[in-house]
Amino acid sequence: MTLRLESDAWPGHLPGQHVDVRLTAEDGYQAQRSYSIASAPAAGRLDLIIEEIADGEVSPYLSEELRPGDRLELRGPIGGYFTWTEANGGPLLLVGGGSGVAPLMSMLRYRETIGSAIPATLLYSSRSWDEIIFREELERLSTDPAVRVIHTLTRSHLDEWNGYTRRIDAAMLEDVAGSPEQGRLAYVCGPTPLVENVASALVSIGYPPARVKTERFGPTGG
Amino acid sequence: MVGEFISRGFHGRRQEDPAVAGRIPPGQYLTPDFPVLSAGPTPHTPLAQWDFAIRGAVQPTRRWTWDEFRALPSESIIVDIHCVTKWSKLDTVWEGVAIDTLLDGVETDGSYVTAFCDGGYTTNLPLADLVDGKAWVAFAYGGEPLAPEHGGPARLLVPHLYFWKSAKWVRGLEIMPCDRPGFWESLGYHDYGDPWREQRYQGD
Repeated sequence: MTLRLESDAWPGHLPGQHVDVRLTAEDGYQAQRSYSIASAPAAGRLDLIIEEIADGEVSPYLSEELRPGDRLELRGPIGGYFTWTEANGGPLLLVGGGSGVAPLMSMLRYRETIGSAIPATLLYSSRSWDEIIFREELERLSTDPAVRVIHTLTRSHLDEWNGYTRRIDAAMLEDVAGSPEQGRLAYVCGPTPLVENVASALVSIGYPPARVKTERFGPTGG
Repeated sequence: MVGEFISRGFHGRRQEDPAVAGRIPPGQYLTPDFPVLSAGPTPHTPLAQWDFAIRGAVQPTRRWTWDEFRALPSESIIVDIHCVTKWSKLDTVWEGVAIDTLLDGVETDGSYVTAFCDGGYTTNLPLADLVDGKAWVAFAYGGEPLAPEHGGPARLLVPHLYFWKSAKWVRGLEIMPCDRPGFWESLGYHDYGDPWREQRYQGD
């Protein structure tokens, strides 16, 4: 779910950055977690994607208990490497899995707000069509001729789906990502196994390691 | 740290056992997993090409091939580790060569170290935080050779600091007269990184 926050003190962020959230119980007990910012940079507001983890300590509170008008302690924005602005150049290859799409969404939304012409491809892995986060907005963004959104559905799909139906692999990346000689900058975000596989595959098809940036989060991998 | 801000309706999940709770630094939570975090792809250096060097303001410089490194005396290490991304893991089991062993016979006037690694990662530490039994170059985790995702074939292990200082894919230590911020430190993370003082970011 999307958590929309507003604060006069919030300075805005660079696409790709995250924020630390701290919760304090009445007896002073505290818990902290980090969440990527999904919105385009804007002073005064930010959107977070909260993936609810079944027996989590913090995500159920943020998903189910929090009400409009409640306040949260934030620290940020945090992060100086997994960021993209137009000055970084492109073309862009964004590869995400599940809620890992959050920082990539910030990049695509930012790209739209500044009217950038830098080509961007999003390869997005979800379990099923219904579980694609930001699905409609991604459809709208892909009406820009320089933006391609390619989905792969790994767990279930309808008969009429004629897109990818497997985990992202080197062959898919080669089909989708074209030639790395074009100078593509790759950002990969999602669960650890996806990020590990995709980053290795990109290197194996010729991406210089320094052109592949990774961010791993979500429920911790083994 | 009880301030004035209370999160309405938040109860949290406290660690029942006070002995365990006392081992978890502020702002951290216990994980049974071993999360992997990195800035980029996992490097893969063949062991035949791997070496580890001590260089910089030292006399003499040192270098070991993988076979020479593995012939050094090593020890089993059981420590708690704390990642700046908030997870902590207790009683992790490693095997490695003590930095004291690697520095045996090495003279230096330098007080700081830059650990350098495959893929270009660096991190900075005071030399004092690597010696006297505080740090190792670890090559095994949980009884198995260290996996590439977790920094294999060898990583620095400095458990008393946030785990980004335990540089993965480490290839050597450069000893220096002054402190030079490494990769994450140059991007806003703390130069020292003590989890017990919650030194996550510059200025903390």
